[in-house]
Amino acid sequence: MASSNHLKLLGGWFSPFALRVKIALSIKSLVYEDIEEDTLNSKSQLLLQSNPVHKKIPVLLHGDKPICESRIIVEYIDEVWNSGPSILPSDAYDRAMARFWAAYIDDKLCVAMRHALREEDEQARKAYLEEIEDSLATMEGELQKRCREGKGYFGGEEIGLVDITFGSLLCWVSVLETMNGRKMIVEEKHPCLVKWAERFEFDPNVKGLIPETEKLIEFAKALLMMLKAAAAAK
Amino acid sequence: MASNQQVKLLGVKGSPFVARAEIALKLKGVQYEFIHESLSNKSDLLLKNNPVHKKVPVLLHNDKPVCESLVIVEYIDEAWTGSTILPSDPYHRAQARFWSKFVDDKVFPAVFKAATNPNEKEREQGGEELRESLKILENELKGKFFNGDSIGLVDIAALFIAFWLPIIQEAVGLDLYNSEKYPKLDKWGQEIMNHHVVKEVLPDRDPLLAFFKGRFRSNTPSK
Repeated sequence: MASSNHLKLLGGWFSPFALRVKIALSIKSLVYEDIEEDTLNSKSQLLLQSNPVHKKIPVLLHGDKPICESRIIVEYIDEVWNSGPSILPSDAYDRAMARFWAAYIDDKLCVAMRHALREEDEQARKAYLEEIEDSLATMEGELQKRCREGKGYFGGEEIGLVDITFGSLLCWVSVLETMNGRKMIVEEKHPCLVKWAERFEFDPNVKGLIPETEKLIEFAKALLMMLKAAAAAK
Repeated sequence: MASNQQVKLLGVKGSPFVARAEIALKLKGVQYEFIHESLSNKSDLLLKNNPVHKKVPVLLHNDKPVCESLVIVEYIDEAWTGSTILPSDPYHRAQARFWSKFVDDKVFPAVFKAATNPNEKEREQGGEELRESLKILENELKGKFFNGDSIGLVDIAALFIAFWLPIIQEAVGLDLYNSEKYPKLDKWGQEIMNHHVVKEVLPDRDPLLAFFKGRFRSNTPSK
């Protein structure tokens, strides 16, 4: 039985959602066991036991207690280790804004990205890429408000929930850009986002954790082949 | 407008999402003004305060907008003292957030797929997804409410199942959710709909049934 304070992360090197948790753990200077799940091939017993509802990574195991869903895990980490630097703002209204934008990233940008990756029809894929660009424009608008206040991050002076939620997806945006021959985050349209992305990637709690785009593209191709085979088998 | 009106809720009476915000406000004993929106003719106030989604509910607290029903409920819990809607322990809070997200991510889409998708196979798949989700919730329910002895975030989020789902089923002729298959959920449903605050907020059944019949029947071929 795990000691009540032992931390384990069931994740994957390719997963932007697991990356969110790793960043949060780093912000709080937490030591954890990083367990790599081979989700392309098979799911471990531990994963299936810890997340029986979704059977997905990431799962944070705090002692025996499993916590699932990346944004929920990040909030959990922020609440339990509340003496370290904060991930969510202290003001209730600012917290509501952070949660709103984090949900927006997942409900709009992330969903469009998922569809764009899997869509075989070129016209349909173009439509999803445009949706991604719409979301990026919205986030640029939001970030510009911070920039006007002299703040470098969605979270203010330091990276926060929204930075983590959005920033973790940047490597996958690069994948889609490369695979579709289409730059989506561009200086002319997203002057603030471009600078923010650089700041984010070099943040001490993020640096070294982001997977290489080339490796992700290989992974994406393998994933798509696997999905195609599964669909054909039905 | 009276200067002491600091809390406004932009909404429509039939919406399960708006109901979440209203229940939270009433649980905290907050005085608020309900501003009836027309979804086919959205007010400038709504469009100005929720430019991203242009949807209800929108909570205006001293003119500052909060959007998205679960975000609003958490905000209400944090901005006002009174009976707590989320647990105080971080692990239980994570559980509450997990299950309320489950309702939004799994239950709602399945219901609408089962009830409205023009393709019969898709509707059947929606039905299957709904059955699975309800089974999971049925197993998760351990006490009187998902939150224990008093209602909390998950109960408020899942109220859709107790009140709206049966009406939608009746409107389109489905029987995926019933007391035989889900006895615990059914009992929970009776309890929550009898809760004094929930009772005040729930809209009238008949107009809602007529609304769903009008909206949804036109999507499905006659059986």
